Amino acid sequence: MGAPVATSPAAPPPGGAPPQPRKAAVEGSATWRLTDRIGLAICWALGLLFCAIAVAIAVYLFLQGIKYLRPSMLVTPASAGFTQGESGGFSDALFGTMIVAVMGISIALPIGIGIAVWLVEYGRPAGLARVTESTIEAIAGIPSIVLALFGTVIFSSTALGFLSRTSDGVVFGRSFFAASVMLSLVALPLVVASTREGLNSIPRHVREASYAVGKTKAATTRRILIPASRPQIATGAMLGLGRIIGDTAIIVVLLGATQNFAPVEGAAFPFNYLRGAGTTLTNFVYEASPTGNLNQPQKAYAAAFVLLLMVLALNAAVDAVHRRARKVGAWSS
Amino acid sequence: MELISDVSELRGGMDPGNSDTPRLPPPVRRLPLEDVPAARQASPSAGGGAPAPGGFTGARRSIGAPQFSIRRMEIDDVSVSYSNREAVKSVSLPVRQGEVLSMIGPSGCGKTTLLRSLNRLTELTSTATLRGRILLDDVDITQIEPTLLRRRVTMVFQQPNPFPMSVFDNIAYVLREQGSRRQRKKTLEPKVHSALDRAGLFEEVKDNLDHPALKLSGGQQQRLCIARALAAEPEVLLLDEPCSALDPQSTQVIEDLIVKLRDDVAVVIVTHNLQQAYRIADHVAFMYLGELVEYNSATALFGSPREQRTQEYVSGAFG
Amino acid sequence: MEESYPEEYGPRWSDRRVERMLGALVCAVVALLLAMIVIVFVKAWPSFAHNGLAWFGAGGNVDDQLNAIFLSGQAGAEYIYTFHAWPLIWSTLLITGGAVTIALFSALFVAVFIVEFAPEWMSNVLQPVVRFLASVPSVIYGLLGVLVLVPFIGNHLVSESQKASVAGVISLSGYSLLAAVTVLTVMIAPLMVSIFSDGLRAVRPGWLEGSLALGVNRWRTTWKIAVRTARPAIVAGTVLAVARAIGEAVMLAMISGSVGFAPNPADGAIFIFEPSRPLAPTIVKNIDQLSSPPANATLFAIAAVLLFSAALLSLTGWAARRAMRKYGATA
Repeated sequence: MGAPVATSPAAPPPGGAPPQPRKAAVEGSATWRLTDRIGLAICWALGLLFCAIAVAIAVYLFLQGIKYLRPSMLVTPASAGFTQGESGGFSDALFGTMIVAVMGISIALPIGIGIAVWLVEYGRPAGLARVTESTIEAIAGIPSIVLALFGTVIFSSTALGFLSRTSDGVVFGRSFFAASVMLSLVALPLVVASTREGLNSIPRHVREASYAVGKTKAATTRRILIPASRPQIATGAMLGLGRIIGDTAIIVVLLGATQNFAPVEGAAFPFNYLRGAGTTLTNFVYEASPTGNLNQPQKAYAAAFVLLLMVLALNAAVDAVHRRARKVGAWSS
Repeated sequence: MELISDVSELRGGMDPGNSDTPRLPPPVRRLPLEDVPAARQASPSAGGGAPAPGGFTGARRSIGAPQFSIRRMEIDDVSVSYSNREAVKSVSLPVRQGEVLSMIGPSGCGKTTLLRSLNRLTELTSTATLRGRILLDDVDITQIEPTLLRRRVTMVFQQPNPFPMSVFDNIAYVLREQGSRRQRKKTLEPKVHSALDRAGLFEEVKDNLDHPALKLSGGQQQRLCIARALAAEPEVLLLDEPCSALDPQSTQVIEDLIVKLRDDVAVVIVTHNLQQAYRIADHVAFMYLGELVEYNSATALFGSPREQRTQEYVSGAFG
Repeated sequence: MEESYPEEYGPRWSDRRVERMLGALVCAVVALLLAMIVIVFVKAWPSFAHNGLAWFGAGGNVDDQLNAIFLSGQAGAEYIYTFHAWPLIWSTLLITGGAVTIALFSALFVAVFIVEFAPEWMSNVLQPVVRFLASVPSVIYGLLGVLVLVPFIGNHLVSESQKASVAGVISLSGYSLLAAVTVLTVMIAPLMVSIFSDGLRAVRPGWLEGSLALGVNRWRTTWKIAVRTARPAIVAGTVLAVARAIGEAVMLAMISGSVGFAPNPADGAIFIFEPSRPLAPTIVKNIDQLSSPPANATLFAIAAVLLFSAALLSLTGWAARRAMRKYGATA
């Protein structure tokens, strides 16, 4: 393991041959007491344990996923069947995830950017700015199950009945609209934080240069600041997307417990689907596990594998954006 | 339009005092050899620009002749390079307890690198290589545990860096690390007080030992750092431009402190302030571009330097 | 002065207008949060009103009570609200406390390792590993837990005699505290590692160099100076992790067990194998009951408790960070 060893080189011969360049020094062992060395051993053990757990999870999911995932599953909706092989795939779940992701982030992104712009560029009165910051932090800390419950109240009200299925005057309150709106709240703090970071990193003289030629703040923000913060905004959007895709509680509560799309009759496309119930990959995995209604572990593994791949792809995209931003270089402030 | 044929015409317009020849740096005035504490005759300021650097007007040595001198460290033909750039080239110097050694030279001449190699701080940079030998009490420092070495040869940095703890804890931090068992506050108190006393800080903070150290003024913080360095009971004290971030009053206090300390520890101070070196050093080493140009007693080096480059530097021809 | 703007950015997009629009947006979001808090508590009120402080106490079988509440919601019947949530609260405390304690210890060591002591190849491996673990969705952790860990515990760790000893009351089938704490730890530790590492990296290098130059070795320098300075980050990370743990509903619904049983430490070794169900999964498991008004109120009461805990945690974190500013640690 990495227990510290004495690294003092021998005294150089009289000819003065250079000693080997040393890496960042780990001091010799004499001054490290026993507790210090135990501590370092614990560090190594835990670090290796983390790696082992991650590898185990990744490898196991990969193997199970490869074993059970068939391409047909991605395009076949779930159906009733006696064995897992006969019950179709989870295409509805896959589309559901994508729909919910797109809708959720389309709501979160403009609102998040707007809030961030207000906080950084305007921010008056100062009391409101502080309250806003606290609000965003509070939203980040609220468990998603609570957001889901709140969603049931809002969307069951008759005023918002147009967003979900209604029958005999009773608003069902579960639909893609409902789920997407609450999911956007989950992504909102991430978008706001990243956009703020991006806007704050632009030095003041850039704004002043724009004002000095007579542009309004609004124009400056729209034409210069936001495009300049594109990497951070993209990062925030992708982090938000990651959270939306991975969320299950809101989906379970607000999307209805079906395995397939359940469009609303009589409404125009696409609203009939969006107002109806459906499922997403996370919901599918939950239902297909022994805890849910289906108990189809094979399909659960397959769906989990696809879900994990999506999340990892998002992570890789975030990394790529960071690397590109670093290459482009920073402002000279 | 008339062409200007003589540069002096321009000068003549701008400089009423000196209209005939372009100004050259005035010749170096050699200062008399004796160690006379009275105000010395100044050498006129060197050419060009700004504040008169060579102006030793009124500069007085605050330091008397050393009472004794014990050889503590020996720097023997040491060269330090960072990846391929040589920062220090073949320097040999003695470091003695009982006297203050000052290293002077323009920026980038390698004096800080040499200082940091004395307590093996250069090893923290992975690209640094060191050739030659440095001896502490006749033992090669590479044979000593770096941590133990750094307790015997402690360092004070340019930016005061007291830890984010109380004044007491800053000093106690060093003391607690020396022992192997947890020491109680009662046993540590006298040692902390004595370290603060040696640094001349005790009177000012004795009522507020639990005050956060970061709330002290810049000069007090630096003296706290010196007290901390002294708490380790070192044999050699290294100071890397300790006063450059401080105001003149604090500088004065610290300079007096350094002079008082030289009997207890060997003091090596790096400074780019020539007047400071003149005030408080017994021996001065002038370095330029990594080489040791001249090593001499302070009076000799400033009064009658042997090397031409030393002459030029102390008179401010370059800096 | 909207008239003086050039044609392109005329009165439609003047600064004052935009500021007002964005201000309205911000106010709307704040109002939304306030509405959320108010509505949750209003909907929860009947349950609290009927139970008083006994809501938090123990008494009776929680599952039976929930059942009774739901059934009473049928039209015509008198609503029943009797509910004593202690087993759920106790389960939340145990699982959250256990997971956060273990995760705090591990994450601190791993963060110190990544920032200071790991050789380069090791930290280049560890950082993606931590990010990977942090981004796995909770339902996948739940799936792995229920298909791998739970059977393992149920079949290999719990002995037959242990199962027999509690056969009448609960079944030790692997859905347990042990499973829940293990998976929850793996879920929250990566979050803490990233926050701790950021905090450690932000320490002034001058302090670390100064400490080394006084002859203190690197291990003690890191712990005594860097970790101490990074305490606000440690507090922030811990608060975040606790909030996440308390709010985790889906994964725990899959792993911790389906009975509202309060695990009893006096049971000895069996204690960690006992099933239970914290507050958040209870909502998920009973989500079909929303149509029944008293059940609706009860579930919202649970949500109100979750909301209140999240707020309390934030405040504690903020207060702790303020107290730490005294000696100059950056907040």
